Amino acid sequence: MSVLIYLIPIALFLGLCGLAAFLWSLKSGQYDDLEGAAHRVLFDDDENDRNDRSPG
Amino acid sequence: MSCCTPGVADLARSTAESGRQAAGGAPEAIPETVDVTPYVQTDPHGRHTLALMVEGIHCGGCVKTIERALGAMGGVESARVNMTTRRLQVAWRGAVAEGGAMVQRLGDLGYRAVPYDPERLSDDDSRQEKDLLRAMAVAGFAAANVMLLSVSVWAGHAQGMENATRDLLHWFSALIALPAIVYAGRPFFRSALTALRARRTNMDVPISLAVLLAGGMSLSETIQSGPHAYFDSAVTLLFFLLLGRYLDRRARGKARSAAERLLALRSGAVTVLEADGTRRVMPADQLQPGMRILAAAGERIAADGRIVEGTSELDSSLLTGETLPHAAQPGARVYSGTLNLSAPVTVEVTAVGENTLLSEIVRLMETAEQRRAKYVALADRMARAYAPVVHALALAAFLGWVLLGGMAWQPALLIAVAVLIVTCPCALGLAVPAVQVICSGRLLKRGVLLKSGTALERLANVDTVVFDKTGTLTLGRPELRDTDADPLDLRAAAALAGASTHPLARALARAAPDAPVPEGVREEPGCGLAWRDAQGNETRLGKRAWVDAEAGPAGDHDGPELWLARPGQAPVRFTFDDPLRSDAAEVVRALQAQGKQVVLLSGDRAPTVEKVSGALGLADWQAECAPGQKVARLEQLVAGGRRVLMVGDGLNDAPALAAASVSLSPASAADISQTAADAVFQGERLAPVLEVLEVARRAGRLVHQNFGLAFAYNVVAVPLAMAGFVTPLIAAVVMSASSLAVTGNSLRLGLAKTATGWRERSPNPSPLKGEGGAHVRQGVGR
Repeated sequence: MSVLIYLIPIALFLGLCGLAAFLWSLKSGQYDDLEGAAHRVLFDDDENDRNDRSPG
Repeated sequence: MSCCTPGVADLARSTAESGRQAAGGAPEAIPETVDVTPYVQTDPHGRHTLALMVEGIHCGGCVKTIERALGAMGGVESARVNMTTRRLQVAWRGAVAEGGAMVQRLGDLGYRAVPYDPERLSDDDSRQEKDLLRAMAVAGFAAANVMLLSVSVWAGHAQGMENATRDLLHWFSALIALPAIVYAGRPFFRSALTALRARRTNMDVPISLAVLLAGGMSLSETIQSGPHAYFDSAVTLLFFLLLGRYLDRRARGKARSAAERLLALRSGAVTVLEADGTRRVMPADQLQPGMRILAAAGERIAADGRIVEGTSELDSSLLTGETLPHAAQPGARVYSGTLNLSAPVTVEVTAVGENTLLSEIVRLMETAEQRRAKYVALADRMARAYAPVVHALALAAFLGWVLLGGMAWQPALLIAVAVLIVTCPCALGLAVPAVQVICSGRLLKRGVLLKSGTALERLANVDTVVFDKTGTLTLGRPELRDTDADPLDLRAAAALAGASTHPLARALARAAPDAPVPEGVREEPGCGLAWRDAQGNETRLGKRAWVDAEAGPAGDHDGPELWLARPGQAPVRFTFDDPLRSDAAEVVRALQAQGKQVVLLSGDRAPTVEKVSGALGLADWQAECAPGQKVARLEQLVAGGRRVLMVGDGLNDAPALAAASVSLSPASAADISQTAADAVFQGERLAPVLEVLEVARRAGRLVHQNFGLAFAYNVVAVPLAMAGFVTPLIAAVVMSASSLAVTGNSLRLGLAKTATGWRERSPNPSPLKGEGGAHVRQGVGR
């Protein structure tokens, strides 16, 4: 049973990684606009467009 | 929606523009520059940011159009639209006044943008929502991991696990659970403390007690290497309750942001005419008496005042329910909210703030709201009764075992904690919010926006429905009557009418939409339209007296009419009335068939109201009601023990909407009425009223079923717990099972088919997508 001594901490560590990833995504505002994100993926920022935005 | 191509975006944009133009927004009606300086925030690096609410965003194409247009302006660093909240955040370097130019650019594109203060508006709300989500994530992580360890412990019981291994697992559980309880339990602890300080008790008191006691007891068991650790119950309980709390908060937040949007969009900009003749644009709430404001044709007048220049026709149907526009000359009193129809006028402001008719209506509304018994949400009522019972049972178990059973205090406390855990109100905390969220989502898809958290419960037992007439049972705009007029006459009249924004003219133009509008049509305010052809012959369309039509057929029609007089031909008459919504009669009959009393209260003249009530088969009607009289009638009904649903749209209905048990208002209603109403519905049909009532009835039934389920669990589990048979395993299973059962039961509503079949007939499958635009078009276009 002594294998538990390091298996449980590993399992917990992996779980904590998931939790940290979720908290990070929450903090960086990835859940603020769920509807818009679905549409944004379809925009193609072509060359002209980028020139428009940042001349020079 | 799949309209993210630029082509369709342009189309949507041009539709929005033509909608605005059709609504009478002549180019000069768009303010030159809006002063947004108070809303611009500047950081130390000279970067300005401005938050705007944008009306008219329908799809991804709109997002792209807006972001590109702003991005192409000089100095703009970023422009980002949030499509969910329809808000825009723009950052730029350079002059602060650039912000005004951006708003104007958006206006040119067909999107109306209103600046708002992000600090003030619901920021607190979204912060709390995020807090809850974080707490939920932590509780979820802890619950999953602790449950994993607990399952090993339970399995270990059967397979003869060594005590040392069990203790090790318990210690691991404690390590995860205790910090999670401290972090994720804060929302409950805070609320429980607040309640206790005020010498009250709420649902959070037993929750906090159970979680803290379970955590503490389990820790002491672990230290003494005992078998009973409740870590899993404590964190699972927290997780489920946080889930319910989060759903609840989100539903409420959505309702509130809808209300805030309405309020913010109302405070439009006004063009002020300075003494030296210059024009300035300022927010309506900064007007002072004595200022002169301009109201273009098609605009709403922003303040109470007196006309000093210009002659026009005014439509005050939102204020009084009167269908017919009336003429106004210099000197006439006008009220805020009146729609200026035919010609620009200059108005001298005579009253602002507290003294306006609008404030009078708001005062009436507020007193009506205060007089109305405050509705306590069902879950809160249950909680008030439930919390003391739970406390008493736990205390009784503890005292009973110590005093009568002769048990030591530690195991007795363990039993008391088990009672607290199994009685924990997951059904109350989770079932009601789950039903609410599903119902409001379902209604939203059908174009009904719930604005109050308790609206569904109040709708569920409505037994009387009171309707307003103009704009509610009827469309609120004149339509050409089926006429036997010659199609050629109609075309000639429609051609002239196309040049005007007067509602009668627009109705005519709608009747023959392809008639070409000739050049040089002249509009005579209060009289009609005239057009001179190349030979100098004048064609006139307008009032009977103005077109010299006295010789024509006598009028037997009491509604509005227009006369067309052409040189050398007999004058032709066109009559109009305000038609009922297409399914009004059907809806009224359906309501009556459900045994509900249906009443019609209108501010319009008696003959008109009598005709409408006759057409709908309504026996109970009242005409020429002042706002106060409507409130009085509603309060009389409520005092008689009836639960009244008020459906109305006018400014004059707002107090009545507040006085009713629950209220609905169409999206074309006055802003203040939409603010007062508990729910707002979209579209030209009245069927949403039926749909809302049906969904509310089913939601009510589900909530009661959920309470029944939870109660059944308690009836079984509480005696077991008090007798000391509930081990941590049973407590965790019973609690999770009851939570899952009530949630599953609530989800059934999402699967159920629509009962009225309204969806199939709905003209616009997703009306809320166009909510903002539709609102403006209908609101201004009347």
